[in-house]
Amino acid sequence: MMAHASKSLTQAVDLREPSGWRRSKNQIMTVLMWLAFVIILIPLGFALAEVVSKGAGVISWQFLTNHTIPPNVMPVGFGGMGAAVVGTLEITGFASLMAIPLGVLGAVYLNEYGGKGILARLISFMSDVMVGVPSIVMGLFIYVIWVAHFGYTGLAGSFALACLMLPIVIRSSYEMLRLVPDSLRQGSYALGASKARVTLTVVIPAAIGGIVSGALLAVARAAGETAPLLFTVLTVEQTNSNLFSGPNTSLSLQIFANAQSAYTGANARAWGAALTLIAITFILMIVARIITARFTRFSR
Amino acid sequence: MSAVTKADPTTPAGSANALNQRRPLGDRGFALLALVAGLLVLVILVLIAFATAQQSTTWFSTAGFSGIFSVNWDEASNAFGAMGYLYGTVISSLIGIIIGVPISVGIALLLTQVVPRRWSRPIVYVIDLLAVVPSVVWGLWGIIVLVPWLQNIYLHIASAVNGIPVLDALFGGNAVGGASFFTAGIILAIMITPIITSLSREVIDTVPAIDKEGAYALGATRWEMIRGAVWPHSQAGVVGAVLVGLGRAMGETIAVALVIGDSDQVTSHLFYTGASIASVIALQFGEATGGEFRSALIGLGLFLFALTILVNLVARWFVERSSRRARGA
Repeated sequence: MMAHASKSLTQAVDLREPSGWRRSKNQIMTVLMWLAFVIILIPLGFALAEVVSKGAGVISWQFLTNHTIPPNVMPVGFGGMGAAVVGTLEITGFASLMAIPLGVLGAVYLNEYGGKGILARLISFMSDVMVGVPSIVMGLFIYVIWVAHFGYTGLAGSFALACLMLPIVIRSSYEMLRLVPDSLRQGSYALGASKARVTLTVVIPAAIGGIVSGALLAVARAAGETAPLLFTVLTVEQTNSNLFSGPNTSLSLQIFANAQSAYTGANARAWGAALTLIAITFILMIVARIITARFTRFSR
Repeated sequence: MSAVTKADPTTPAGSANALNQRRPLGDRGFALLALVAGLLVLVILVLIAFATAQQSTTWFSTAGFSGIFSVNWDEASNAFGAMGYLYGTVISSLIGIIIGVPISVGIALLLTQVVPRRWSRPIVYVIDLLAVVPSVVWGLWGIIVLVPWLQNIYLHIASAVNGIPVLDALFGGNAVGGASFFTAGIILAIMITPIITSLSREVIDTVPAIDKEGAYALGATRWEMIRGAVWPHSQAGVVGAVLVGLGRAMGETIAVALVIGDSDQVTSHLFYTGASIASVIALQFGEATGGEFRSALIGLGLFLFALTILVNLVARWFVERSSRRARGA
């Protein structure tokens, strides 16, 4: 009706308001966009509620420190995640010790030394591609080049996680270094500082907020990974605090093993481990957010 | 512009050569260290390709081309035809893309075009939360909560479409179960939404304000403005984002391994059990003690590596093209 009116030239056209069908279409599309957001909230809400409600009943100090048990008929109260908590912390921690400094250095090369050269462009491009390499391929790779010769250790798991984290840290640090204004570098050069000194004492400190929060997000992602650890650390029941010898275990591996079990006790232990793991990753993410908000001096 | 001499801001101006000659050892050492760290990316990628290729030659030479691409994976008789797993990878990630892309692009448009800046931040936090939930937790929720729940729905759908030509082949059948290609696709859709959303949002954010204002000035509604000004500009970039999501979906391992059911079959029935390349590596590597079995699984890893590298290269090409267009516009 309104559509007919706007087509007819003899009648006055209301320029302030679009015609009925056009307006309805616009409204339908806006509703659909909101609907997309609501649809994605549903699984997130349900999954988190489930993890919290089923995990909270299981978690206790005893659960967090007891040795792990294989997924078996034992009811809740037996076994715990002690070995897995220690394993997750040491494997992820050592992977971070390797990947974060190397990643930041790589980003320094890309932004401070490589310039627009062909090698820097290639590395930048390939680190982007490497972010997309599936984590299970990293696990297979470390299995082939390390585990097959030196056996299952926490260290091998750290290597696999470090391969996963390296390109993520490079990308996020590179983005942050790019935001540091050139006037800072020029000012330091004018004072006679060498390039290494300028980078270490001026450029990196100026971008440290973004670098740290990007690195923490990479750590959070690595802490939750299962696939790279499957064929690198194997599994173990007693806490193995030695990263460099003997098999180890992690929260994610314990969840994977217990989720496949048909026993309710094992499933309950999986929920408890899931809540512990989610708590660790969320704490890392929140710390990263706070650091970004507080210390980002040069932001977009 | 041409009158201004352009000095490279990252190196000291003036007689750079003289300065270089007196560069202290520590300075050169640091430059070398940074270069080595950068080169590590290339070294690791080459080593992955080389090491996995070397370990999988046993499989390639014994099974041969036709053996590899057959639907016959039976470790008892040393037959390792991987077609079923290739099929499972493609089908489950396609379902993930078909469900996930409208949702992701919808949220990206919502964030950039509908919601005011200060309200978009909480939405971004929620989407980030989705990305931080570990894969294995999605798998745990999937196998214990989602699979039994979906099983009922699948059975209802299967009986409803019984006898209808195409729908019966897709959603019907008598072996319908909760753990299936489709459940894996749903979980993948949830998991790839954050990455597609954030990448498309970045692309859509580069649409010049003047294009959008021009569309509004011509009397367009917001949707018409999105169709006429935002979409043509960001099309290539969004395709790139979708391809990155596809790469993630194909490589996703643990969540898929828990909900897809682990069986080697090529079927049109989406509610039947299947397996993907990544899931079969995760589930079978532990028991693969025989040389050829292990070699076949590592070969599958090489396939997956090549496939995701290819998808990501194409994705980068699309993103690059869109950003070049954005600079040109």
